[in-house]
Amino acid sequence: MQQTVSNPILEMIGIAKSFGKVKANDNVDFTLQKGEIHALLGENGSGKSTLMNILAGIYSPDAGEIYINGELCRFTSPRQSLEKGVGMVHQHFKLIDHMTAWENIIIGTGSGLSLGKNAVVKKLKELSEAYGIVLDPLKLVKDMSVGEKQNVEIMKVLYRGATILVMDEPTAVLTPQEIEGLFNVLRRMRDRGRSVIFISHKLNEVLDLCSQVTVLRAGKMVGTISTEKITPQTLVELMVGHQVDLSIERPNPLPRPVCLNVEDLSVRDEHGSLMLNRVTFDMRPGEILGVAGLAGSGQKELCEAIAGLQPKATGHIEFDGKSLLGHTPREIIRMGISMSFIPEDRLGMGLVANMDIVDNVMLKDYAFYKGPWLHRKEAEDKATAIVDQLEIRTPSVNQVVSRLSGGNIQKVILGREINLNPKLLITAYAVRGLDINSSHTIYNLLNQQKAKGVAILYIGEDLDVLMELCDRIMVLCQGEVTGIVNARETDKEELGLMMAGTVELSPAEKSRSAALLEGQADPADKEVRS
Amino acid sequence: MNSVSLSIALLLASGIRISTPLILGALGETVTERAGHLNLGVEGMMMLGGALAYTVALHTESVILALLGGMLGAMFGSLVYAFLTVALRANQTVTGLALTTFGVGLGNTIGKLGNGANVPSAVTQFFGKGPLTLNLDGIENKPVIGPVLTFINEAILKHNIFVYLAIILAIILYIFLFKTRAGLHLRAVGESPAAADASGINVNRVKYTGILIGGALAGLAGAYYPLAHIGTWTDNITGGRGWIVVALVIFVRWHPIKAIFGSFLFGLLDIIGLRLPTLFPGVAGLAIFSEYAFNMYPYIMTIIVLIASYIRGRKGWMGPAALGHSYFREER
Amino acid sequence: MRIRIVQRDHIAGGKAALIRVIAIVLSFLVAAILLGVMGYNPWQAFGSLFKSAFGSMSNIRSTIITAIPLIIISLGVAIAFHMGYVNVGGEGQLLAGAVVATFISHNLPTSLPKIIMLLAMAAGSLLGGMLIAVIPAYFKAKFGVNETLFTLMLNYVMQYYVLMLRTQTWKDPKAMGFPKIAAVPNNAILPKVFGIHIGWIIAIILVVLVSMLLRRTKIGYEIRVVGASVNTARYAGMDVNRVILIGICMSGAIAGLTGMVKLSGTTYNLSESIGGGSGFTAVIIAWLAKLSPVGILIVGFLFGALTQGAVGMELALGIPAALAESIQGLILFGTLGCEFFVNYRLVREYPSKATKEAA
Repeated sequence: MQQTVSNPILEMIGIAKSFGKVKANDNVDFTLQKGEIHALLGENGSGKSTLMNILAGIYSPDAGEIYINGELCRFTSPRQSLEKGVGMVHQHFKLIDHMTAWENIIIGTGSGLSLGKNAVVKKLKELSEAYGIVLDPLKLVKDMSVGEKQNVEIMKVLYRGATILVMDEPTAVLTPQEIEGLFNVLRRMRDRGRSVIFISHKLNEVLDLCSQVTVLRAGKMVGTISTEKITPQTLVELMVGHQVDLSIERPNPLPRPVCLNVEDLSVRDEHGSLMLNRVTFDMRPGEILGVAGLAGSGQKELCEAIAGLQPKATGHIEFDGKSLLGHTPREIIRMGISMSFIPEDRLGMGLVANMDIVDNVMLKDYAFYKGPWLHRKEAEDKATAIVDQLEIRTPSVNQVVSRLSGGNIQKVILGREINLNPKLLITAYAVRGLDINSSHTIYNLLNQQKAKGVAILYIGEDLDVLMELCDRIMVLCQGEVTGIVNARETDKEELGLMMAGTVELSPAEKSRSAALLEGQADPADKEVRS
Repeated sequence: MNSVSLSIALLLASGIRISTPLILGALGETVTERAGHLNLGVEGMMMLGGALAYTVALHTESVILALLGGMLGAMFGSLVYAFLTVALRANQTVTGLALTTFGVGLGNTIGKLGNGANVPSAVTQFFGKGPLTLNLDGIENKPVIGPVLTFINEAILKHNIFVYLAIILAIILYIFLFKTRAGLHLRAVGESPAAADASGINVNRVKYTGILIGGALAGLAGAYYPLAHIGTWTDNITGGRGWIVVALVIFVRWHPIKAIFGSFLFGLLDIIGLRLPTLFPGVAGLAIFSEYAFNMYPYIMTIIVLIASYIRGRKGWMGPAALGHSYFREER
Repeated sequence: MRIRIVQRDHIAGGKAALIRVIAIVLSFLVAAILLGVMGYNPWQAFGSLFKSAFGSMSNIRSTIITAIPLIIISLGVAIAFHMGYVNVGGEGQLLAGAVVATFISHNLPTSLPKIIMLLAMAAGSLLGGMLIAVIPAYFKAKFGVNETLFTLMLNYVMQYYVLMLRTQTWKDPKAMGFPKIAAVPNNAILPKVFGIHIGWIIAIILVVLVSMLLRRTKIGYEIRVVGASVNTARYAGMDVNRVILIGICMSGAIAGLTGMVKLSGTTYNLSESIGGGSGFTAVIIAWLAKLSPVGILIVGFLFGALTQGAVGMELALGIPAALAESIQGLILFGTLGCEFFVNYRLVREYPSKATKEAA
């Protein structure tokens, strides 16, 4: 551990914080120098966000001390932390949708009665220019893209003149170009003497941007190292705690006839915007088709349309020669098609958080028993079997699922869905929030299904994993397929370009193509078929 | 001025008078809900306010003290609600209903202690005065201007001070909510307490403030009935108007200025129902035109407006986003 | 030292019960102060409350009679709450049921066997409650219209509708100008078992039925899943709107039946005050019982005792019913507030011991 550089702007010493039985932070130390970009690296659940939430005054620590410019600070609210110059950009933005950018920015600042809109807008313009941040102060947050929202959050911090900026996983939602823009802003802030804490689990970004890196593992601090002296492989070992074989096994698919055929699939959201635009692809049994793309590129809509949860989708979806579109999930099963879907939102969609494992296991098949009664005994046996098979760590099958750990929660869904003997398995961000070991368990389970001849649609966010696990990768950008490539031959550059959309449609063109589609809504169904 | 236009003027005047407590109550509930709290206890707070105002008026014969008493009485109710829902995070719907049970019960108990005595004349006379009334001697009989001014005088200017107070308060609250820093902070808390908190706003303080302002205004609304409307205490003096207030706030989409017009519409329907048999004796025999049926119509209208605003506004803003939800900073 | 709030991971059943008992005791203490301020002897008052609720067989009977409609309507409201549907329209649904039951009792021959008359009225009241409940449910399902306010408004519509019936359409001509609706005929009156009209048997049967519905049937499971997460329900292939409509039909029907039980069991006359605010009390009972049918049986009975005891306090000591109502409100505050201490705990925090050398 380094304690050699003098005059740190921030020192956190012996920080501890528990949630129930979970020790999210256990005697963590963290030191930040003036004018540096310092990475906080760790796996999901390692306590990075907790530590920074303590710094921001959101959580009160159970123990430990915080010194800013050598002065002992005890934060009981975010306000006190803000007053000491700490500004945090949260992973889930804390913005008010129905207010404008400038209103969001001045909330909690200033004194006096009047809002002084003109002065605020003027100051925001100056800050925009100084740091190269694009921002329309008068725009409503609800009309903004994710990148714009992040700019509002950063501006909030700059407007208050914060000297310590905390960025919690800021790049997950950005395009490569937006990420580069963000890095430039952060470097400019560093050059003007501000300090940045950059939370991430992406190694290349950490090495690219930061000068120091502090690694956390399972709530404990591992160490602080200069990025000049370190390789990605050692960083991973520090994060995980042991040597890891990061390679994922990939059996070759058998040559089989196509089972799933998707043609010209389009989906609009409730506001009428086109979320999925004429998507066409096919899948074979025993194949893993990966789907890459920035968050919100249409992945959710694609999964839901195939699973029968987007009744207003247009186009064609055929599985084993039977058309699925326009059918509810239950009708699809009644047609004899066994399909499983592991949604992105596990506790909010895939499971009932406040029910036990048994109740959750019967979620998909309770309706197929005859009569008005529930068959709880059968579900209990099934739940016991799943718990045994997948080694789910739980006191009993009557445990409420929200009390399980993230990995075990995912296993409950996966177990239930595999139990249905699907021919098609759709997984959305199956390993999000899981640690490396749990992730590999999930990959293995998927490969087992693949070997059984299941067609697997794997929505992923980590390009390395997609390239190692999948047979082919389809890239989505703004609801359109920008390419389908052989996963064994592609590289990150190629995927990145496709993710950014090699062809950018102007807004006018977009609305024109949308109008075209609208105009032929129903007739299109027949025309395309012929 | 002929008798038809005079009776229309008087009808409007009655509508305005009846709507005044509704405006006050709706303004209070608007502020409370803008801070993210659905307080269904308006009826209870109005009863507490009415009872206290009546009692203080009997004992002190002072207008100011009576109003102050009414406000403090209702604020006590809102303070209990605030403590339960803000500090103890109790369910807002159920707590509001409990507040109504409590407030109506205690209000009736306290009010009854006055044994039905009339509000002292010092107070009723104050509220009997119309500070804006024009003296139309000599102009009355002039063509055009005479009838027009008489109409305006009778319909709009002859009211007691409560009426104008309500309108002024509506304007003040509009400015407060949309033009001041404190108002922005209050709305921010109602939209997203987490965002407000992270921006350094003391969320609980703002919530208490919003709920207590709601209580104070409900207290004024309740005080209106014994002091300016009826002149004494009767059981259940507010007669369920507290519930109309809750509906009104949605009707006017949480907007203080629109609350004036929304309340007036409700008041007018109320009064038309009451006067219909005398105005149009021909329809009086029909049940659906009876005064009881007209009592029903404001509620049906609220329902229709509720439905319409959802169908029309589903894509837009449907009230403070955090309305009805408790906030705990460390929730995971 | 300062105090910090921490969410509880788990609480033992006994400790939770203790917290609730303490809360009720504290509420009674505050009520005692209130009674004292109003010039009554709290000790006497509570004594008479207890005596009038449980003091004799006939008092216990009265308590049960008061509790019956509360329990039944709370069961109905609880079904809706299980779906996350805030049905505060129990009062209106009760009135709708009572209106239809009255209509049937006045229009079927008085010579009809009692059992047939009562079954017809029960069926009618179920239908009446269902119809008035399904309107807001339809708009909720179709357009997402807020059901709390819709059902709230319908209460008043129904109350004024019944007032209109009482004063005009259905006014009893034999009442010498007094605006009231004629009593139901003799064959429309519920028979008694153990000196209490059979509403108590209906209530117990319904407790069992609603428990089974929620725990053992598919639709009950669907109701619970929809209540927990509409997204999950949709994902599992449930037709969410259908579940909401069916659930609300059951909820409203039970509330409607309450109207018939009250009409045929206690009041015999239809009036706008027949519900006596039980639609609102039901929300509170269901909430305090944590939506469990057996819990509702217990909490409903205690509420019956509180209401019945209040009657005794008024008769014996002249304590006004309104004061008793406010005491009921106080006890509600106490029980609502104490849930906080069940879900969270307060932690005293001393200045941190960690010092620099720990680093």
